[in-house]
Amino acid sequence: MSDQVESKIWVFVEQRRHVVAEVGLELLGKARSLAEPLQWKVAAVLVGHELDALAEMVLSFGVDEALVADDALLEHYCNQAYVKAVEGAIRQYEPQALLLGATAMGTDFAPRLAARLRTGLSAHCIDLDLTPDGQLLSLVPGWGGNVMARISCPKTRPQVATVLPGVFPVPEPGRARGRMVSLNPQLQPEDLGYRVVETKREEAPKSGLETAEVVVAGGWGVGSKADWTRVEELAAALNGAVGATRPPVDEGWAEEKQMIGQSGRTVRPRLYIGLGISGHMHHLVGVKSSELSVAINSDPKAAIFEHCHVGLVGDLKEIVPPLVEAIKQYSQQEPG
Amino acid sequence: MRIIVCVKPVPDPKHWNRLQLDPKTRTLVRKGIPGTINPLDRHALEAALTLREQEGGEVLVVSMAPEDSQPVLKEALAMGADRAVLLSDRVFAGSDTLGTAYVLSVGIERLGEFDLILCGDETIDGGTAQVSAQLAEFLGTPNVMHVSGLEVSPGKPWLARSQIEHGYTLVEIEPPMVLSVVKTINTPRYVTLMNILEAEQKPIEVWSANDVTLSEPWAGLAGSPTQMADLFAPERKGMAEMITGDPKEQAAKLADRLHRLGFC
Ligand SMILES: Cc1cc2nc3c(=O)[nH]c(=O)nc-3n(C[C@H](O)[C@H](O)[C@H](O)COP(=O)(O)OP(=O)(O)OC[C@H]3O[C@@H](n4cnc5c(N)ncnc54)[C@H](O)[C@@H]3O)c2cc1C
Ligand SMILES: Nc1ncnc2c1ncn2[C@@H]1O[C@H](COP(=O)(O)O)[C@@H](O)[C@H]1O
Repeated sequence: MSDQVESKIWVFVEQRRHVVAEVGLELLGKARSLAEPLQWKVAAVLVGHELDALAEMVLSFGVDEALVADDALLEHYCNQAYVKAVEGAIRQYEPQALLLGATAMGTDFAPRLAARLRTGLSAHCIDLDLTPDGQLLSLVPGWGGNVMARISCPKTRPQVATVLPGVFPVPEPGRARGRMVSLNPQLQPEDLGYRVVETKREEAPKSGLETAEVVVAGGWGVGSKADWTRVEELAAALNGAVGATRPPVDEGWAEEKQMIGQSGRTVRPRLYIGLGISGHMHHLVGVKSSELSVAINSDPKAAIFEHCHVGLVGDLKEIVPPLVEAIKQYSQQEPG
Repeated sequence: MRIIVCVKPVPDPKHWNRLQLDPKTRTLVRKGIPGTINPLDRHALEAALTLREQEGGEVLVVSMAPEDSQPVLKEALAMGADRAVLLSDRVFAGSDTLGTAYVLSVGIERLGEFDLILCGDETIDGGTAQVSAQLAEFLGTPNVMHVSGLEVSPGKPWLARSQIEHGYTLVEIEPPMVLSVVKTINTPRYVTLMNILEAEQKPIEVWSANDVTLSEPWAGLAGSPTQMADLFAPERKGMAEMITGDPKEQAAKLADRLHRLGFC
């Protein structure tokens, strides 16, 4: 087996305890579509211990190469060890671009790696483009979503970007055609930098938001904790889950786990209804993939009306109660 | 114990509605918007002050920013920091995160040895959340991000709790180190009038490029590997289809539509 790695775009597919973060798979799909016009090959990079089964799995997503850094010292995520494990391979094989999810791990690993390689990194991207001459253009929201910046990295390689989870769809797996390449990290215990004592999953009860077919989200415009029942009633009438923007969470009307957006969850419902939500990018990135989106807002100029399918200008306190009534009547007509 | 806190002055988010995008120059017009400490950096500073109360030592604040940011550093001194250093030079202007981390690292090298550098996890304006890890890389120390708890007992490794998706990781780490914090780590203290008066006596040093040793080329716009190719207001997809009428009619029309689509 030749160990020459040919892929020009590398995607870091994050795993903890052999469970991959979905954003890694989302990026495999995006990387393949970016690479296609340039006829570049795409690699998935796996770092950890005992990764053979995961390597098979990522190969089924149509990548050309699965680059595997496997070592007992990599069992728990540790940024310095991870950097060391892939740094050498990047210097040797010189990929043009490296994509990572903007997760807790990705946002810690990517900047350290980019600094080690003295190359550019753009953070929390919500879209990516590749020019015919191989320049990666990343779309980055800034200033609370008030502006968008397009970032390029003209002089150094690889061009590194972290991408928000949920922006791109997870591709369909198929028949594997690529091959596995071992990166042979050769680590010493001193490379770790710190020692992981334990990793705990907190019993954050699943909010059901991510898988809900219907999501009704409330924003600052809902007005008060007492009025929050309007959001809940509409969600209940539609058998949906309740989501929120950040202000209702900060105010204690809704729980942290209900927050949707850049700092919260990403939803993909068939129906999204936003009540009293202005439409900041920070929230909208989390609802981008809704099949049908509806907004009720008293301000006709609210940005959300530029991003949703159906809009109702008006006071949610006046629209929601008759809406809930009408929905209940339909549901009673055709039970089940 | 010697603790350094990296503090970034940012335009006060309370006034962001006054931010304008200049369509010609494609830059943000932030004239007249007052500066403040990046909100998470207050939590970093609070963590430093708590540790000083517990272990003794000093808390230094370091910032890379234009010279007119001194009032923001005064805020940090009023909160309780002992001393502030402002890295300010036209050569530094336009640095991306690699450049910022590099300039901060050479400033910190001049300050000498330290046990702990504290940063916020991210800033609200650029919001890259990259500087702390890159700073650690330049300084060659370990770093932990997303820190929501810290336990320090003398003579033993420290324990840092780092938030991850749906849980946390607990790590043992030895100084010197860089930690960046999330807001749940603590509640920043209030500043009293007395504190503000006291802060007047505390020194702010301004260091230019000549006061530090820049051996690598990453500082400033020219040295930064990333470039802003474009800056624009978020894309407008075009107006939604509007449902009009009085509230009852709107409700009825929407319910009818949802019914036809099978949602009720
Ligand atoms: C780094 C960062 C990350 C962030 N991450 C997130 C995130 O993940 N998720 C998130 O949601 N936010 C996030 N935010 C905050 C985000 O920028 C916005 O501040 C937030 O989304 C705004 O929430 P909102 O639309 O509910 O409130 P507002 O912007 O205050 O909008 C309220 C809307 O309600 C309307 N309204 C008022 N009264 C009524 C009424 N009676 N009937 C109908 N409409 C009414 C108003 O016209 C207005 O448009 C983040 C911010 C930062 C800086
Ligand atoms: N110009 C700066 N001066 C001092 N500290 C900074 C600067 N920029 C970033 N930081 C620190 O790095 C953290 C993360 O910033 P960022 O990577 O820009 O989101 C901030 O919370 C600060 O603690």
